[in-house]
Amino acid sequence: MKIAVCIKQVPTREWQPRLNDSKTWIREQDASFEMNEPDAYALEEGLRLRERHGGEVVVCCAGPARVAQVIREGLARGADRALHVEDDSLASADASIVAEALAEAMRDQQFNLILTGLQSDDQGFAQTGVIVAERLGFPHATIIMEVQASDGGLRVKQELEGGWFQWVSMPLPAVLTIQSGINQLRYATLKGIMAAKKKETRQVAAPSGLKPMQRILSLSVPQKTKRTEMITGSPAAAAAQLVRKLRDERRVI
Amino acid sequence: MILIVAEQRAGKLNRASWEAIAAAQQMAAGEAAARDTKVLLVGSAVSSLAAELAQAAVAEVLIIDHPALESYTAEGFVQALSAIVARDTPDWVVLPHTYQTRDFAPKVAARLRRALLTDCVAVKHAGAALTFLRPVFQGKLAAEVVPEGERPHFVTFQIGAFRGDAAARGATSAPIVPIDFSPDASAITVRPEAPFQEARQAVDLSQAERIVSVGRGIKSQEHIELAQKLAAALDAELAASRPICDAGWLPMERQVGSSGQTVAPKLYLALGISGAIQHLVGMKGSRTIVAINKDPDAPIFEVADYGIVGDLFEIVPALIAELNK
Repeated sequence: MKIAVCIKQVPTREWQPRLNDSKTWIREQDASFEMNEPDAYALEEGLRLRERHGGEVVVCCAGPARVAQVIREGLARGADRALHVEDDSLASADASIVAEALAEAMRDQQFNLILTGLQSDDQGFAQTGVIVAERLGFPHATIIMEVQASDGGLRVKQELEGGWFQWVSMPLPAVLTIQSGINQLRYATLKGIMAAKKKETRQVAAPSGLKPMQRILSLSVPQKTKRTEMITGSPAAAAAQLVRKLRDERRVI
Repeated sequence: MILIVAEQRAGKLNRASWEAIAAAQQMAAGEAAARDTKVLLVGSAVSSLAAELAQAAVAEVLIIDHPALESYTAEGFVQALSAIVARDTPDWVVLPHTYQTRDFAPKVAARLRRALLTDCVAVKHAGAALTFLRPVFQGKLAAEVVPEGERPHFVTFQIGAFRGDAAARGATSAPIVPIDFSPDASAITVRPEAPFQEARQAVDLSQAERIVSVGRGIKSQEHIELAQKLAAALDAELAASRPICDAGWLPMERQVGSSGQTVAPKLYLALGISGAIQHLVGMKGSRTIVAINKDPDAPIFEVADYGIVGDLFEIVPALIAELNK
């Protein structure tokens, strides 16, 4: 199987937002970055499919030079090689532009399966994988919890709302967006990190003339509609105060 | 004109369809709202559901009723929606941000090369224009955004951002207009099987009066026991955010969030839960929310009635001791 896994570099979970001067994007200089977690699950799934069916896994990433960090991570975890669509503007681009950039980079590579996380932890559009499928003319399924591959086809378990699931079948080539929890992530070993240094990353230019579909007018800290009472003090004092409030004010215990 | 795409499965309307209608009515605003909105329903043998939708204060309910569309497929629904867009030339297409919408809305927007704004929580009138608010960076920030390019613009609204009962009903039933449309079945290559439920549902969290819920801050499986002791002291059920269930530390049936259960107990105590959107949508309706987290900027504090910033491994034992007095 020739598997592409689209990964994204996003600010870490612990990152505290700081805005740029125009408040239209974040201050990247202050951010630490990591691989988008749903994409990590997609990569793991790709690696397991390669273990079962043979072939290669190629990580594909669109973004500025700094995304080399997550490309290296992907190679260290076991991907065979990488495609990097490099452009600074891709960092804050909308899903239509990122998907277009990825699709063009992957178009002539004869991938028969493209995996990506169901959405990213930065802008969270939940669109990129589906747009990639449409651009390449491949069928797709989203929010996938299990993948079975056989001759020329897939049978995948799609998560639905409220504890429901559905198996769907489709021919290859296809695109799947992967739900977190589909598998257990492996982390890079020292051997993997060393091996990654020898693996190929091909630099690809972003297509020109891509039109944005969304414009951010401003970013802000969300407005609070609720009045939160913060309880301070030592653990014992805070515990006593909280229990008193829940018992006497709220009457929930 | 604003076109709302309703959703149905197995003979029932998804209630989020009414939320989308309420959102569209707010977008239309003013007297023109009823005249300027239409609802679309796609499926097979859905005329009784169309009659339900016709109670909304909208100009028309369009239905595409075809056996090839009995089971949802992305390609089938994209073809159907594309046909209506060509026929009715809406300015906006509004959908609820359900799993099904996430599966096909990006495909139709990409096919038609139109903007799609997803997971919006509010809409604002800025003169004659509309701006939309959507959560970004795991809810730590809100982005005010506008679509670019030609109409129609597609928008999906987060579940619960609008209330279905806020959708205005009409004085009379709206006309139901059947649309003659046949999908090109040869282009539909995804074959779905029947949906099924997995968990034995031994735990119905939606019935619990008090819930103690754990997130990544619990750090390891061994520490779950601490949360269990607190739950026992509170006579509460134990629940968790998604990552805890992904790791297998608690069964999936204890998951609260967009892919688990939605709960609204009297008391929801969130331990070491950051408050990512996917979790908040499952519990923000709780009557009293208490959050304990070492990060003062965690989004969970946005929805909490009471918050304690600190180490849960010190605070929870203190709470247990206090409750057992």
